[in-house]
Amino acid sequence: MEQDYVVDIENLTIRFNLASEKISDLKEYFIKLIRRELMFQEFLALQDVNLKVKRGESWGLIGVNGSGKSTLLKSTCGILKPYKGSIRINGNIAPLIELGAGFDYNMTARENIFLNGTVLGHSRKFMQEHFDEIVDFAELHQFLDVPIKNFSSGMQARLGFAIATMVRPDILVVDEILSVGDYQFQQKCYGRMREMLQGGTTLLYVSHDIDSVRELCNHAIWLEKGRVRKSGLVDEVCDEYMQVNR
Amino acid sequence: MNLMMERLNTLFRYKDLLRELVVRDLKLKYRRSFLGYLWSILNPLLIMLVMVAVFSHMFRAGIENFPVYLLSGQAVFDFIRNSTTMAMYSVLDNGALIKKIYVPKYIFTLSKITSTMVDFVFSLGALVLVMIVTRSAFTPYLLATPILVIQVYIFACGMGFFLSAANVFFRDIQYIYGAFLVAWQYITPLFYPIDLLPQWLRSIVEWINPAWYYVEHFRDLVLYGCFPTMRVFVGGWIWAFIMLVLGLFVFKKTQDKFILYL
Repeated sequence: MEQDYVVDIENLTIRFNLASEKISDLKEYFIKLIRRELMFQEFLALQDVNLKVKRGESWGLIGVNGSGKSTLLKSTCGILKPYKGSIRINGNIAPLIELGAGFDYNMTARENIFLNGTVLGHSRKFMQEHFDEIVDFAELHQFLDVPIKNFSSGMQARLGFAIATMVRPDILVVDEILSVGDYQFQQKCYGRMREMLQGGTTLLYVSHDIDSVRELCNHAIWLEKGRVRKSGLVDEVCDEYMQVNR
Repeated sequence: MNLMMERLNTLFRYKDLLRELVVRDLKLKYRRSFLGYLWSILNPLLIMLVMVAVFSHMFRAGIENFPVYLLSGQAVFDFIRNSTTMAMYSVLDNGALIKKIYVPKYIFTLSKITSTMVDFVFSLGALVLVMIVTRSAFTPYLLATPILVIQVYIFACGMGFFLSAANVFFRDIQYIYGAFLVAWQYITPLFYPIDLLPQWLRSIVEWINPAWYYVEHFRDLVLYGCFPTMRVFVGGWIWAFIMLVLGLFVFKKTQDKFILYL
């Protein structure tokens, strides 16, 4: 059944202009236009990637730096548009690509909860209802009215994670965000993610920590230079990945 | 039609974000300043005092109630200038966010224009003060001011969309627009009467300077206590929508490429 796929990516190709000399002013633009040098050196960050994810599955994305993991996540979230191919998403996405993207560092934690929540597409009323829950999870009760520029990075991460995971999304997209924050908080985050998985949330997870991928995911996709090297059950893919990258 | 409904739905879904962004701008603008929001009124007042001191002897002849003449024009022009300038940076400044979370990008532009509009409404307090001091007549036509505000708002949105998109690809726009604004301010009769211009320049201004329509419109309501002429009124709407369509077109055409240049 087609509908079973919550994420259905077909032949996805993402192209970047490898802006070796970035043209960012008019004069240069016209000079290059006249000399017909406007062709950018193109760079395909992803080529012909296929990924079909069923509801409730959890996928780990592995690969060395620059292999296209984050690009794949970003296109899943709709931030990058496909150059070729298609992306179909069935359900709402909670993006955890960078914790606290969208924070305004001059504003207090309280104000940022509302700001960041609405950035994620929630209504103000919804945020009000879940306000206490967020504060509880982030454990920031005494710092609510402090501008978050005075927060430690761990505290910011806690707040970001709490806001982003307050909803029970259909799809949770996580990009290596838990490296900040202390051990205890990391465990708390893993706990929350596991809890969501049990609740039927689909997970897309990027990490260089293969052990955590094995632990959280049941499938994995291994990207190499923008192409899928192998995809399938997590243990098979991870075993081969570890052999090659030893 | 369906697409249109979908767009409106998205806008509706993100209306709270728009609200938060506007509130943020207003809150942060005067945070840590002693007088806070009062500056929205004091600032135009101080500038007006300076300009009245400088110009009133030069141009007083042709103008009744120079302070109100000056302040009304200045307020409308400042609204256009500030909103479009802020909007120009709106996409660029939120680049980090746009790269990480999917948000309709026009929200940022819209929020800048909206927060400047709120600021403009505050600054009308200064105008009211000056009107009281100069014993100007308060006519019922003042109640038609919101129509003007909507006109300028739509116009500024159009320009803002255009500028914010252009600024992503060509940073030079910032400097060009800065110079353009100076020229624009001087060919708009803010502190001189329009009949001071030679006839040819005057007709140009009256045709292709959108700011003239809005300034004229506002002065009719505030200073002359009458409804603007049809030409000014309709012309203002036409300029607003031409600009909006142009701005939306450019923005929509280019927005998927923003991320590659941010």
